[in-house]
Amino acid sequence: MLNTMKSALSCLAQKDIKVVDDLIMDTLRELPRGTRNGDFLDAIVIGMDMLIKKFGPTNKGKHRICLITDAQHPVKEPDEGSKADQVDTIGQLMKSHGVRLDCIVVRVKLAGLIEQMAADENIDLLNQFSKSTISKIIHVDGSISLLGALRTRNISPVTIYRGDLELSSSMKIKVWVYKKTSEEKFPTLNKYSDKAPGNDKFATHELKIDYEYKNTEDFDRIVPPEQRIKGYRYGPQIVPISSAEWEAVKFTPEKSVKLLGFTDASNIMRHYYMKDVYVFIPEPGNVKAILAVSSLARAMKEMNKVAIMRCVWRQGQGNVIIGVLTPNISSSDNIPDSFYLNVLPFAEDVREFQFPSFSNLPASRLPNELQQESSDNLVKMLDLAPDGQELLKPELTPNPVLQRFYQSLDLRWKHPDAQLPELDATLMRMTGPDPNTLSALTSEVDSFRKQIELKDNPKKGRPKKLALLEKPSGSNEETAAVVKAIDYQSAAPSAVKVEKIGHSNPLQDFEAMMARRDGSKWVEKAIKEMQCHIYGLLENSFLGDNFLNAAECLMALRSSCILEQEPKKFNEFLHYLYENKKKLDLHEFFELLS
Amino acid sequence: MDLDPEGIFRDDSDSDSDLLHQRESTKEFSVYLVDASPKMFRAVGTTEEDEKEETFFHAAVQCISESLKAQIIGRSSDEISICFFNTREKKNIQDLHGVFVFNVAERELLDRPTARLIKEFSSIEDSFMHHIGSRYWIEPASRENPLYNALWVAQALLRKGSLKNVSMRILIFTNEDNPFGNIYGSVKADMIRTTLQRAKDAQELGISMELLPLGGKEFDVSILYANLLGLESEEMPLFLSSADEKLEDMANQLRKRIFSKRKVKTIMFKIASGVSVQVNAYALIRPSTPGPIMWLDSVTSRPLKTERTFICADTGALVQQPRMRFQKFNGEIVKFTVEELAEIKKVSDGHLHLLGFKPLGCLKGYHNMRPSTFIYPTDEEIVGSTLAFVALHRSMLRLQRFGVAFYGSSSHPQLVALVAQDEIISSSGQLEPPGMHMIYLPYSDDIRYPEELLIHAGGAPRATDDQIKKASALLKRIDLKDFSVCQFSNPALQRHYGVLQALAMGEDEVPNVKDETLPDEEGMRRPGVLRVIEEFKVAVYGENHDQEEAAKNDSITEASKKRKAIYEVALKESASYDWADLAENGKLKDLTVIELKSYLTVHNLPVAGKKEVLISRILTHLGL
Repeated sequence: MLNTMKSALSCLAQKDIKVVDDLIMDTLRELPRGTRNGDFLDAIVIGMDMLIKKFGPTNKGKHRICLITDAQHPVKEPDEGSKADQVDTIGQLMKSHGVRLDCIVVRVKLAGLIEQMAADENIDLLNQFSKSTISKIIHVDGSISLLGALRTRNISPVTIYRGDLELSSSMKIKVWVYKKTSEEKFPTLNKYSDKAPGNDKFATHELKIDYEYKNTEDFDRIVPPEQRIKGYRYGPQIVPISSAEWEAVKFTPEKSVKLLGFTDASNIMRHYYMKDVYVFIPEPGNVKAILAVSSLARAMKEMNKVAIMRCVWRQGQGNVIIGVLTPNISSSDNIPDSFYLNVLPFAEDVREFQFPSFSNLPASRLPNELQQESSDNLVKMLDLAPDGQELLKPELTPNPVLQRFYQSLDLRWKHPDAQLPELDATLMRMTGPDPNTLSALTSEVDSFRKQIELKDNPKKGRPKKLALLEKPSGSNEETAAVVKAIDYQSAAPSAVKVEKIGHSNPLQDFEAMMARRDGSKWVEKAIKEMQCHIYGLLENSFLGDNFLNAAECLMALRSSCILEQEPKKFNEFLHYLYENKKKLDLHEFFELLS
Repeated sequence: MDLDPEGIFRDDSDSDSDLLHQRESTKEFSVYLVDASPKMFRAVGTTEEDEKEETFFHAAVQCISESLKAQIIGRSSDEISICFFNTREKKNIQDLHGVFVFNVAERELLDRPTARLIKEFSSIEDSFMHHIGSRYWIEPASRENPLYNALWVAQALLRKGSLKNVSMRILIFTNEDNPFGNIYGSVKADMIRTTLQRAKDAQELGISMELLPLGGKEFDVSILYANLLGLESEEMPLFLSSADEKLEDMANQLRKRIFSKRKVKTIMFKIASGVSVQVNAYALIRPSTPGPIMWLDSVTSRPLKTERTFICADTGALVQQPRMRFQKFNGEIVKFTVEELAEIKKVSDGHLHLLGFKPLGCLKGYHNMRPSTFIYPTDEEIVGSTLAFVALHRSMLRLQRFGVAFYGSSSHPQLVALVAQDEIISSSGQLEPPGMHMIYLPYSDDIRYPEELLIHAGGAPRATDDQIKKASALLKRIDLKDFSVCQFSNPALQRHYGVLQALAMGEDEVPNVKDETLPDEEGMRRPGVLRVIEEFKVAVYGENHDQEEAAKNDSITEASKKRKAIYEVALKESASYDWADLAENGKLKDLTVIELKSYLTVHNLPVAGKKEVLISRILTHLGL
């Protein structure tokens, strides 16, 4: 699979190590696929050699070897000593030069027994590295995870807090606090200005943004920054607070991290975690602190307890954090135990909305036994952790948007007019279910689909205004008419009291009359007038030229009758029209309606 | 021809969705009716020895003003009115005797509370007797009934809004359980009848009535008020204690912005191909902030308008907001349009795609980025959504699994964990609603490994069993038994509201906000607790930890000795130059950096920077 490592490295060795540039990328791409099975020990030796030659003892950079291997093929026996000795020697060398080793082991299907043995031996050898040096082994099993495991941007972490974790005033533990998770944001791009002349090679093309504060009454006057003052709403009024005033009275807790107490882990539900996560590690090199953290963490783990903390990271910070400290028992021998801290909400942050109990729902909305069974099966079969091998681990799943952006950036740099690349097929798989898994599960999905019938709600969008849009006749004109009628309603001037329906603007007049609240007679009168108006339109229609208008009015009448709960009046009128169909030659009109 | 094809004119009370969608009121109108009869001005205590004892009236006023102070922050769009009854003077639209509607300038009778209203109301007692006065009207000779009048006035005040979605209520504060005790016969029966009728009318208009009795245990609600409020006989014994609680709650309300229940979004939840249900998303937990800042002109206190202009850095020309963005890559400018960037971010269709399920153990504590979002099914557009959702919900709870899904919102596509939450009910109501919590998972790009930075080659020290045992004892001792998430109020926010209130009311003193988040110092000093802490300390730190620490501090003084030595050398060095003279003649630049630094060290100035910086620092210090 990636047996070409060795030749790749030797190829690169000729070029020296430098900042990755496109040339190297191209060379890499054109690299012939190796024919021999790889020997990762040789690869490490070459990598070491390159790092040491290039940087020597003086250059204090961060040296890291990233080994990607399937660890499948046997390593050749060294000339002297055993393989383990060789690993030790290399390990010593790496340690003395401060080189880190990140191994990404790609899991592949093993061909046979011999390979299995070789693979086991290789893993043992790699593990030996991690005992003696700063190294880390990640097993991945697919291209998504490989992308996720390759860390492109390595952020050197900064402590949020260094100091005491106070169990009480007499018992303190020295800790350092870092961020465990922190969102890797989509880069903010600069705004581009095309004003610079095209031949100007040194143009930055940058834009400056300038903010001006203007008086709301006098738009020409710009208020200078020192004359500005912050204000907060208090009821209907705005209270100005100068920053000096504010500094004098604001809440200023002391920098500290204090224990409030321990509680059962089950007391803190997972969905109360508020933010990204912190990690508390004991002060490096401080054996007492490491022991204190280790014993607390292990006791908490055993008793299934968590600690509640009050944290103020910096002096002068304007707020406090209440957080829950959970133990993190280290899985690796040479990493001390630590804690994670999650921020919890304050009383002000929780909104107590009530929702109906599922058990109180009508039986028609609750699953029966068969339905429940098919759902159980679906949940069981759609398993992302089969045989303990978890898929889509957050630790190994890269951000598809960022990946796509970097791809686009690279492409655009080479070909400024190129189309944007599609989302990589590898990443596509995390945005929707894996087709392979799904096809294996057709029976479960089918049974779920059959058992639980889903259909569009016929009553969909029942709000009164829209109800009419669904009238079966539903020609476009009618829809438009109803919408227009609604607009009229909202726009109807309330100040002018409309007393009858005119011919210029019948709908508006009608709505205005219906909206009059100074007497119940107006509703009745409006309906009456509207009916007369419609009748008049139909009567005077020549070859149906008024039919559209009449339909519009009829719609408005209908919607108003619904609102005013006068259905009878409308129905009677419609019957009346129907009866007079022949006389007025309304056949087409009714066709229009239906 | 079917005249009513869609069944619009049919009576639609049969729809079961009405049960589930109770209309939530968005606004609340309240009228506070405060009894001002002479009985209210008696002291609260049973013994009348103390002269300066609080009156019932004072208690009522204080309770209302505290409640208003909370309301102005929490639900500032709600409208209120304050109205006294049994007063000597009268002031109301109907011109009824014994009722006085209290108000301040720039405010309608029923309106949002203002700082001025609260301020003047809370100090009303001083001027009350003079301006408004107290008088008990219900006497055999008089035909007036202020309680009846007050209810009428209150009802009229509330009539302002014929708006929908407004809930209306009248709160009565009194210590008189038998207002018609002084009169007899048909007059009394008549008055009681009309008063009850008035209350009933109000209730039929959708106005709810609440009574907050101030008489303590002796208040007999059965005489009149049970009837007036429409209490059932079995509710009566409980009424007093619950009313007391209500009174307490009103006075001690947390200043907190109240949000009405509103869905954030309706999301299509795709369970499998061809199986999609609809869910509503709600934000149950979001950090509260002090509210938006408005920029004001400090001279006129008028709000300011911000204007943004774009200036080209190369030419200085004013430009429109451009549609083009760029990123420097390998030293070159790579351009994208805004639309292209949006296209890059759009990796999914905005629906929630279920990918599969994992055991709950796979969801680690650090798999968290932002506050979670709650989802609850809706049948509004797809019938059967609730059924499918409930079935999955039950399966997930039973099998101890959570769902992994991709939520492709256009701004922030993310992997999410769907954790089923069963309903939890206590006597006081629903604690946890049933549904699923959508927990935003980090990507590999977002996870860091700081704990691996400092690796203990050869194995990190681990706690021994004895140390763990001592730690367990400590855990048991310092146990917060009934800790519940969010039991603390945010001291910074409460302080902010306090300051705001003080400034708005023109008070000199900022109300003292208790910081509930501080550890229980007293509890920590209990001998039992001290003992387990000490034992744990000895177990992990050894017997002589404090002495060792002190020794370490001594070694720090050694470092300071060194510093002192440097200082003395510098002093000697620095003394050999006439600094003022060198500076005046511009000869400082002829000295070496080391020589320059000696001056800075002696005068306790920073020694960092280039030579020019050092020189200018010296010049500044010399006052040149």
